[in-house]
Amino acid sequence: MHAIEFRNVSFRYEEDQPYVLRNVSFQVETGEWLAIIGHNGSGKSTIAKLMNGLLFPSEGEIFINDIPLTEENIWEIRSQVGMVFQNPDNQFVGTTVRDDVAFGLENRGVPRAEMMERITSSLEQVRMHDYLLHEPYRLSGGQKQRVAIAGVLAISPRVIILDEATAMLDPLGRKEILDTVHRVQAEQQIGLITITHDLNEVMQAERVLVMNDGEVWMTTVPRELVKKQTELQQIGLDVPFVSQLAHALQKLGVPLTEEPIDHEELLDTLWTLHSRK
Amino acid sequence: MDITFEKVDYTYQANSPFEHKALDSMSFHLPTGSVTAIVGHTGSGKSTLIQHLNGLIRPTNGKVRIGDYVLEPKKKPKHAKALREKVGIVFQYPEHQLFEETVEKDIAFGPRNFGVPEQEIQKRVAESAQAVGLRADLLKRSPFELSGGQMRRVAIAGILAVRPRVLVLDEPTAGLDPRGQKEIMDMFYRIHQEQQLTTILVTHSMEDALAYADQVLVLDKGKKYMEGTPVEVFSQRQALQQVQLDVPEMFQFLLKASDRFGKPVAYQGQDVERLAEQLAALAGDPNE
Repeated sequence: MHAIEFRNVSFRYEEDQPYVLRNVSFQVETGEWLAIIGHNGSGKSTIAKLMNGLLFPSEGEIFINDIPLTEENIWEIRSQVGMVFQNPDNQFVGTTVRDDVAFGLENRGVPRAEMMERITSSLEQVRMHDYLLHEPYRLSGGQKQRVAIAGVLAISPRVIILDEATAMLDPLGRKEILDTVHRVQAEQQIGLITITHDLNEVMQAERVLVMNDGEVWMTTVPRELVKKQTELQQIGLDVPFVSQLAHALQKLGVPLTEEPIDHEELLDTLWTLHSRK
Repeated sequence: MDITFEKVDYTYQANSPFEHKALDSMSFHLPTGSVTAIVGHTGSGKSTLIQHLNGLIRPTNGKVRIGDYVLEPKKKPKHAKALREKVGIVFQYPEHQLFEETVEKDIAFGPRNFGVPEQEIQKRVAESAQAVGLRADLLKRSPFELSGGQMRRVAIAGILAVRPRVLVLDEPTAGLDPRGQKEIMDMFYRIHQEQQLTTILVTHSMEDALAYADQVLVLDKGKKYMEGTPVEVFSQRQALQQVQLDVPEMFQFLLKASDRFGKPVAYQGQDVERLAEQLAALAGDPNE
């Protein structure tokens, strides 16, 4: 089953304005991690807003769990798509961590007993249960984003979208968030979409969608993506440090057969070459 | 302008149950013309520190000197406005603070506020727009029609138009794509050199600290934890990890490579190409 499918989706804000998305098609499977990258203004965030019905396509169709998204079923569908945004301070409504996670559940009329259960389990999943009665604004950036993720998990979505949710965090906060969502995604077999500029984050995803000027530039796996260093740099992106290094080694004639995904893979290959001599 | 902190404490909500010491006996000296990177995890005191630099807050104890200006406890600074003219702070996501109808008016807002004569303002708007790489035809447009990267440049031009001598950058590349990040940092570095500014860069990016800073100041729990050139600071990975930071990726890789090949591969300012040559030699030579 496709958790999300875009079929020939185009979007513009007004009829006399240029398209910000043109003929975009892709799928995300249940349990899959897709990273979306692209230069600023390439259409990434528009895709995110279309996925949970904050915007509707001008042309084309969007399917959530194989059901077409319409203005009639948007409220039902929205509970299946959880979004976490960039700025942790802009998404809190509750005065305690518990109230904040409860907010989405109250909105959906979940009975109290079930609500308490879901709050406990979602906060446990992001390891923030010890902070139940803390005030959200006193938490660190990474902790705030974990609470935001708990709020999303509490409504049992089929897909979680992180729209640059790690951009404002320090390196440790970033790692906390990625570890958390990756674990939850694997445990619950939900779809995960991360919209990001962080190249090392992209390398951890299963597939990558590259956007350029409102169009899909390429859909591929990370190991294939990094082969396109020059082309990516032309569209304002780049490849990770380890890929740049591997390409520089190849230019010097060092026979690397496969693109390394991390430092260890590259060093393993170099060590093997060394030992064979 | 030289900047000196002498045993500066800053306590939020003193004598209340919420009392919190955000800066604790902080001392350092930043020479005129230098670029200093300030790093530290969330809550280490970075924001409190930079708010002292243009007198938004004053030390609870100790003394801050910025050129001839002195900030002391319980003494209202005499020339607060003059200080603010000299110290330009580019806060996180500065484009969120744009509000005028046109790019031109937005850039002019700062100098107008400081009473700069109208003719001079026009000159400065043109100069600052050029310095940040905004085309002249964008000046009459609404800033809200521009892309995120361009909006950020407008906000920065507005700060430069006041002609500060100290530039404080708080996470200036957050949210930008890789090309945008490099363009903005290169732009700041060029302006820093051309205008001979004293620049303070607050960043999570150890890569940027290595590439642009003369000295690095590491904060932890409101205290100065480490201080030195980028190479000095980044040679101490364990100490950085203890305060939840890490070294740039180049240093991480060099440590792993040294480990794997059983001999030190040191950082000598090499770029990726030069490192590739070193590695090719290591991998290719059976006697190595």
